Amino acid sequence: MLKIDQVSKHYGEYTALDAVSLEVPKGSVFGLLGPNGAGKTSLIRILNQIILPDEGTVYLDGEQLQPKHISQIGYLPEERGLYKSMKVGEQALYLARLKGMTKKEATTQLKYWFEKFEISDWWHKKIQELSKGMAQKVQFIVTVLHKPKLLIFDEPFSGFDPVNAELIAKEILLLKDEGATIIFSTHRMESVEKMCDHIALIHQSKKILDGKISEIQKQYKTNIFDVGVVTNDESKLTTELKEVFEVKPSKLYSFHDAVKFQVKTSDKNTSEKLLQLLQKHGEVIHFSEQIPTMNSIFMQAVSNKTSLK
Amino acid sequence: MEKLKLIIYREFLIKVRNKSFIVLTFLSPILVIGMGFLVFYLTQVNESTVKHIAIVDNSTLEIGSLLQSNESVTYIDLTVVGLDKSKVLVKENNYDGLLYLPVIEDDLKEYSHKIMYFSADTPNFMLIKSLENKIANRLKFFHLEKIGIQAQTIYDATYNVAIHQENFYGEESSKLGAGLKIGLGTGAGYLVMMFIIIYGNSVMRSVIEEKTSRVIEVIVSSVKPFQLLLGKIIGNASAGLLQFFIWGLLIVFCSIAASMFLGVDLMAMNTPKLPVNQMAENLENYDDIVFVLKEILQLPLVTMVLLFVFYFLGGFFLYSSIYAAIGAAVDSETDTQQFMLPVIIPLMLAVYVGFAAVISDPHGPVATTFSIIPFTSPIVMLMRIPFGVAWYELLGSMLLLVVTFLGIVLLAAKIYKVGILMYGKKPSYKDLYKWLRY
Repeated sequence: MLKIDQVSKHYGEYTALDAVSLEVPKGSVFGLLGPNGAGKTSLIRILNQIILPDEGTVYLDGEQLQPKHISQIGYLPEERGLYKSMKVGEQALYLARLKGMTKKEATTQLKYWFEKFEISDWWHKKIQELSKGMAQKVQFIVTVLHKPKLLIFDEPFSGFDPVNAELIAKEILLLKDEGATIIFSTHRMESVEKMCDHIALIHQSKKILDGKISEIQKQYKTNIFDVGVVTNDESKLTTELKEVFEVKPSKLYSFHDAVKFQVKTSDKNTSEKLLQLLQKHGEVIHFSEQIPTMNSIFMQAVSNKTSLK
Repeated sequence: MEKLKLIIYREFLIKVRNKSFIVLTFLSPILVIGMGFLVFYLTQVNESTVKHIAIVDNSTLEIGSLLQSNESVTYIDLTVVGLDKSKVLVKENNYDGLLYLPVIEDDLKEYSHKIMYFSADTPNFMLIKSLENKIANRLKFFHLEKIGIQAQTIYDATYNVAIHQENFYGEESSKLGAGLKIGLGTGAGYLVMMFIIIYGNSVMRSVIEEKTSRVIEVIVSSVKPFQLLLGKIIGNASAGLLQFFIWGLLIVFCSIAASMFLGVDLMAMNTPKLPVNQMAENLENYDDIVFVLKEILQLPLVTMVLLFVFYFLGGFFLYSSIYAAIGAAVDSETDTQQFMLPVIIPLMLAVYVGFAAVISDPHGPVATTFSIIPFTSPIVMLMRIPFGVAWYELLGSMLLLVVTFLGIVLLAAKIYKVGILMYGKKPSYKDLYKWLRY
């Protein structure tokens, strides 16, 4: 769907992006992650053709990115804003028409979305009369109104209360189901895990990690298992476990009066071996591998890169 | 192109819907006319107080016979009382002043410096000037009579010369016509300067608003910054033209109303080559206002209007693109101060040079040079146009203006493009220069 090939951007002597290459699969929700100042905004602006790359090329559906693609992209910037003294309906129409929609098309679509979000009575209100959250809703509608193939959301949940954030998340996933490809730039890792299937991590103007979330999680897996066993002989189990594995007490919550541990497996001492050992001592009521959180992956990747430098 | 139209339309609508536009368009002409009437009325009130001036004339010039009391001044002859007592009387009676002519001397030149005027406050400049003229005239007659020339002979030898002015094509012109040209030219130049400043500021504020409200990022993801800049400038220029058009309509409407009121056929008067004698007859038949109207109609009005529109647009494009670049460079209106001076100085210079150089010599080297330089030409050339400008000068000035505004718009667009996405840091001139190379 979207291919970013060796894209670099410099501002004077400062390098904002250094030969970044990425591929965003069609129909995916792609998380663009990175600390502040990493170069995410520059990359997003290049995708939106707000700025041009100094080197490298961006392809959309196999075609080099051109002005005609503007109508196929929807962009919700992190720093949101609308004309304060313009009326909601008039403004939404204006922005939709700048994206290439006809007046009739835009009006029909706007009515649909305004009804869906139950905000039809805002049409004649000025933006300055709305709360921040209300204005965000209008901005979300304006972003998706022209049914773009590629949607770029920069911190889409900031400024929303939990109820509305949930509503927006639901809408984003619905758009994905309808075939849109979504790029999602955020710092909120829990939303990345919930929504994205692919990610890329940009740090100090370079891409340091990308791929399917499940694969990245595999890459960063710790081989630690949370286990719980109902046993009559706790001390024997503990001794035997410690002889073979690295063991730590677990904070796992359980309904049963079970013995709980965090056990680290290895290539030699596999999870299968662990399970067999546990089953020997009683009923195994909990056995799960710890999946690294995106937050820990993010922190680890960034600190690895920084310490390497 | 469709997007540019949308932007122009939005900018135009926002501008003309604004209350200040409506007030400026419809109230300011009333305000200007009202102010004129107010000044006229106040001058009348000021002059309606009668001044009392005492005269002690010890000469044999019989100045008293020359100084006739009228509505505004009453002269009281206190010669018989003498100077010292007169001074006391003047003070007691709160007279405005005392004119004293000592005994006449043989050397009139020396005598002319001995005439005095006493008053509590600094006297009215016009009054003193008029007294001086009258006394000087009286002294001249006195001198000539002394050497044997009769007063009547002097009267007979006094001529009032009024040079009749006409160009090589036989078109009449007059002192009043020259005054009108100065008035129309300077008025047009001044108007263009005011509009460049007012509408340029409006473009700048609109850029700052888009930047501070952060809507800019959404807009430039749909249109090129250059399109947005161009749309803004054209939208505002259209609003400016609409304002001029409304004023033009108001002037035409008022002129028609005035002509109907005065019973003058304006169309019939629009024939520039009136024979001199007919003109003189006309002068006798119509009053001053009609004559002024006739003089206006003899000017190349259509050319003037077209050139006014051209120079307004040229000047506006040139300056408003700079205003837009300034707006893009800063985060708030208060930060614009440091960049405003280079914009205001050429505009001010143009108006002052125009007022000084064009009035004294509309075709002199200073006026000509400033009417060619693109940063001042929209104002200075407009001031010169009523006096007639050679076509090659006009063409040169117009071409240079177009080339310069294209160049400046491109440079400004570069600063604009970078500036609209920069937040936080207050840029310096050095930064702006760097942005040009991004």
